[in-house]
Amino acid sequence: MFERFSQIRKERHDYARAWKERTGGKVLGYFCTYVPEEILYAADVLPVRILGSHEPQDVTEPHIFGMFCPFCRDCLAQGLKGRFEYLDGLMIAQSCLHIRQAYTSWEKHRPVEFSHYLCMPHKVKSPRARTFLTGELETFKTAVEKWTGIEITDERLHEGIAVMNKSRDLMHRLYDARRSDPPRLTGTEALEVVLANQMADKREHSELLEATLERLPDREVPERASGTRLLMVGSEDDDMAFFEMVERVGGTIVTDDHCTGTRYFWNKVETNGEPLLRAIANRYCDRPPCPTKDWEARDRIEHVLKLGRDWDCKGAIVIQQKFCDPHELDIPATKKALEDAGFPVLILEFDVTVPVGQFQIRVEAFLEMLGADDLF
Amino acid sequence: MSEIPTYPTEPLRCWDKAKELRRRYYERYRDIKDEGGLRWAGGAWSLGAVPAGLGRDVASITSEPYAASIAFNKELSIQCMEAAEKKGFARDLCSYMRTYWGSLILDKYAFGGPFPKPDFIWQDHICCSHAKWYQVVTDIETDIPFFSVDVAAGPAHEINDNKIDYLVGQMLDGIEWLEKITGRTYDDELLIEACKNEFRATSVWAEICSLNKAMPAPLDEKSMFSLYVLGTLEKHAASVADFYEELRDEVKDRVDRGVAAVKHERCRLISDTQPPWGFLKVFRYLEQFGAVSVGSLYTFGLIGLFEIKPDGTWGPRTTPMDAGVDLSSREKVLRAYAEWNLHKPEWQHFYSPHLKSEMMIRMCKEWNVDGVMLHYNRGCEGLTLGIAENRLALIEAGYPVLPFEGNMGDEREFDLAKTMDRMDSFMETLSLKKVASA
Repeated sequence: MFERFSQIRKERHDYARAWKERTGGKVLGYFCTYVPEEILYAADVLPVRILGSHEPQDVTEPHIFGMFCPFCRDCLAQGLKGRFEYLDGLMIAQSCLHIRQAYTSWEKHRPVEFSHYLCMPHKVKSPRARTFLTGELETFKTAVEKWTGIEITDERLHEGIAVMNKSRDLMHRLYDARRSDPPRLTGTEALEVVLANQMADKREHSELLEATLERLPDREVPERASGTRLLMVGSEDDDMAFFEMVERVGGTIVTDDHCTGTRYFWNKVETNGEPLLRAIANRYCDRPPCPTKDWEARDRIEHVLKLGRDWDCKGAIVIQQKFCDPHELDIPATKKALEDAGFPVLILEFDVTVPVGQFQIRVEAFLEMLGADDLF
Repeated sequence: MSEIPTYPTEPLRCWDKAKELRRRYYERYRDIKDEGGLRWAGGAWSLGAVPAGLGRDVASITSEPYAASIAFNKELSIQCMEAAEKKGFARDLCSYMRTYWGSLILDKYAFGGPFPKPDFIWQDHICCSHAKWYQVVTDIETDIPFFSVDVAAGPAHEINDNKIDYLVGQMLDGIEWLEKITGRTYDDELLIEACKNEFRATSVWAEICSLNKAMPAPLDEKSMFSLYVLGTLEKHAASVADFYEELRDEVKDRVDRGVAAVKHERCRLISDTQPPWGFLKVFRYLEQFGAVSVGSLYTFGLIGLFEIKPDGTWGPRTTPMDAGVDLSSREKVLRAYAEWNLHKPEWQHFYSPHLKSEMMIRMCKEWNVDGVMLHYNRGCEGLTLGIAENRLALIEAGYPVLPFEGNMGDEREFDLAKTMDRMDSFMETLSLKKVASA
């Protein structure tokens, strides 16, 4: 049922090359989920998210100091090794300092025909940010028009928004299917879908997902214990081996607050008669925030707690990309809030590769602790 | 470099005044409540002229230089960091931030007594840690009102009305917020005065740095650390702007008379990022080889504002007053203030390390630099951002580079012996031996 999603994820480069061949269109690699894909779809550009390969590498040391997160170095390694040689464009939306180094080094050492640094505001809770971002989106739109030779009319923008919104609706339906007990799909399967969503043409992905969702209610739940329902919290997390391990030893990941997960697709562009770029700006200011943009008040924690309650989680695994300062700044407050709300927490520090054996022991102990009420 | 020159040296006449200004700043922050005044806390890059409009009895504490002061006190420094770590904060977070939190948690003020709690927080945000720093402060002290201005609106060469509007809009909102939380009526004349002070102070500091192009250099970087810091404390204060003018005149005089910072100057270096504050003797060690660090983008551009002069070289930025900009209203002065700050050299690499490389190479050329020491500073992700790319660019431009790893505020991450060994090797690379009489 999820094989095609898995294939897209595993063969992401072949997929993008075939897409180019088939459509004659341009492919743009992007680094952060604050990138407004609506505008790219409006210009017939395929946006693909740049993620790492989870392999040890030795090519980024001259470019990024080792105190920055392993994820940004893994991403840059993909570029330096030429694995994205088919890219026509490259961009980033301003978020953390770490990942922007992958962009700036890539841009210099593996230049492509179009590159753009979108100055996404940090103070997204200020009404001033919406106006500012609208202006930055106007600049970006003009740059994309110049690059592609396509005028991005309102009609095209409507189409781009519709493509993205439909995909977001479908992803919500998929995640909703994980609310039941047992969930209709595992966390590993959901991860395949949401990662493929960031690599595939959304129109194709939505077709696949619609078909999958139609079949899902009749699906026989995989032969495994329904498992302890878990919430995953943290930065990016596309570590399939970790998800598989957790679900192998008795956990079931039912939802997440990751930028590779819910934060990517959570809210939609609401046009409401507003100028379309303003509506897009509103969407990116209103989305569940990355810690870099969650200030002065802490709104992210409330959102995390709601996820935990709505998906009836029994505990939370908080993952910390090594050296990821924004999340390190949130973790003590997040941990406290989760525990105060009755969600026990396991914190694990991730690197490009994870020590699955050691983590398994810790996850097993955590699951055993969560099950203690049943024992006594 | 075979002949060893000898230059006259003498102490700076205004040295003690700089120390006094710094001491008074921290004492005033502590004691201002006795006079019914207000205290605010924020970063060294906070747009400090804005709260100045609340009255003359307003004192600030800027967090980075405060933490650097603690870093120099090794015993207190480790106590503070351990206090923050006990609360669950990761050891690889900004060492200034951990130190500051620790000082708050332990309720120990580095200048005596308990930590003086601010009435409000007025912060800026360009580094990931800036606003989050004070978000954590409000986790610890939950009743401190907190406002932060997002200044990450893009690099100087892309400034447009949209970017300036963003900063100005936030500052206007901030002024309303300040009035609301303090109950005071805001005085635009004080704002205008403070902005003018800041334009003056930061331009004159750039002028002082430009005077260091002279050979021999009238200032060495270790001394500059004690001078530039005033601009990180209160760059909007008349006392700082006035002091920098006095210092500028003295440095000019030193240049005219050929007075050197280092007696046997025969090799000129620049450094990068904050130094390991507990180990400034590294800079003194260099003097034994006749090497002087004439500055860094950090000491120059953290507060200094530069521009390209008609001859193509870097010099002090023309102030809005000298440029005839109308500064007569709140909105007008804030526009000038936003535009001025968006040109800050040390804000540019947040968008691209290549912009910083260009500035560093410019410094190497114009300040006649022979080599560069790059502090790969584990304590500051903001200023260490892109440093590896800077290294590559400097090497490509033909400048020898010494990278050394450390931490500005966490001595547990600085290996003095290893660093000294690397310094020796670097000096050898530059064909320098110790000067017998140094």
